[in-house]
Amino acid sequence: MMNLFVILLSALLVNNFVLVRFLGICPFMGVSKQVDSAIGMGLATTFVMVVASAATWLIQWFLLEPFGLPFLQNMAFILVIASMVQLVEMFLHKTSPGLYRAMGIFLPLITTNCAILGLAIMTVQGNYTFIETVVFALGGGLGFTLALILLAGIREDLQFADIPKPLQGAGIAFIIAGLLSLAFSGFAGLV
Amino acid sequence: MASLWKDFVRGLWDENPTFRLMIGLCPTLAVTTSAINGMSMGLATAFVLVCSSALISLLKNLIPDKVRIPAYIIVIATFVTIVDLYMNAFLPNLHQVLGLFIPLIVVNCIVLGRAEAFASKNTVIASAFDGLGMGLGFTWALTLIGSVREILGAGSIFGYRLLPEGATTLGIMSLPPGGFITLGILIAVMNMIAARQKAS
Repeated sequence: MMNLFVILLSALLVNNFVLVRFLGICPFMGVSKQVDSAIGMGLATTFVMVVASAATWLIQWFLLEPFGLPFLQNMAFILVIASMVQLVEMFLHKTSPGLYRAMGIFLPLITTNCAILGLAIMTVQGNYTFIETVVFALGGGLGFTLALILLAGIREDLQFADIPKPLQGAGIAFIIAGLLSLAFSGFAGLV
Repeated sequence: MASLWKDFVRGLWDENPTFRLMIGLCPTLAVTTSAINGMSMGLATAFVLVCSSALISLLKNLIPDKVRIPAYIIVIATFVTIVDLYMNAFLPNLHQVLGLFIPLIVVNCIVLGRAEAFASKNTVIASAFDGLGMGLGFTWALTLIGSVREILGAGSIFGYRLLPEGATTLGIMSLPPGGFITLGILIAVMNMIAARQKAS
């Protein structure tokens, strides 16, 4: 139990996927202009992460390893992730069209969010059990959501700030992300 | 010939993936702790870009429109697997350093973006040149970021010491926060240069 808690906390804060491991930077910069869409994007990504990492775990240990095909890992994983994203997209389209429209182009782009493929590969490299994999995915997804909401909140307020012209937009967002990352490095001794 | 040259140089500056389009940012930040790491990552990505753009352009009439994205991803994943296995066999140290980010070239938006935006509509030769330009544009950007972080963080460049032994360096520049801040400032500098170009 303690072990699972450590995995969760480590993925959420100490090795935050975005701010420490640099995974999923594109949506982090792209969807962090408003808190509302940041929450939606974060939760959708978390959901895909949990489902996809469970699926890739099963594929890795029941399909690729027994048949001696680990070199197909990349290809198998990315296909599974792409179909999971398609599934989430269809589900959202039916159940909550408003959110579906708000997420727009960024929904299909979850496929190319490197946090998800990175997570799947990391769980294989770390020899995680099935439960550990799911907990790790949940922690990673929530960590991604947390970082996204933090940056979105700051960027909303930045609209009223007087920023030098060349720094406007992405420039200042990266510097703020750097400061957030600096703050998160304070969690280093936690686990 | 002139149009091939135009396809090639576009990626170097006007549509530079890192500084102008701001795509493919994860490896840009993660592996640029030193100039040599940034350059190796850039060249590995450039190889995948050239090969996959050329092959996708060759197959563009065979791939049905509806399944084109999965088909492109499979082509890209094939070349990434080749790079991954090759580096593991012949450059094990580099493979260790770049680690997770070699397989993650599959989900680098630059590669899929060029396949969708360029290779699916143009000839094989033009696509290869476009891929090469984009790849080298990505490489110089990564090398520049890596150099800045290495000079400030370790006082050396490509492993050669610039500052005397024991000089104070900004260790934070080699850590994750340094990556974000360096990229933020470099993007601002590139914006300034572009604005000045436009004005003159």
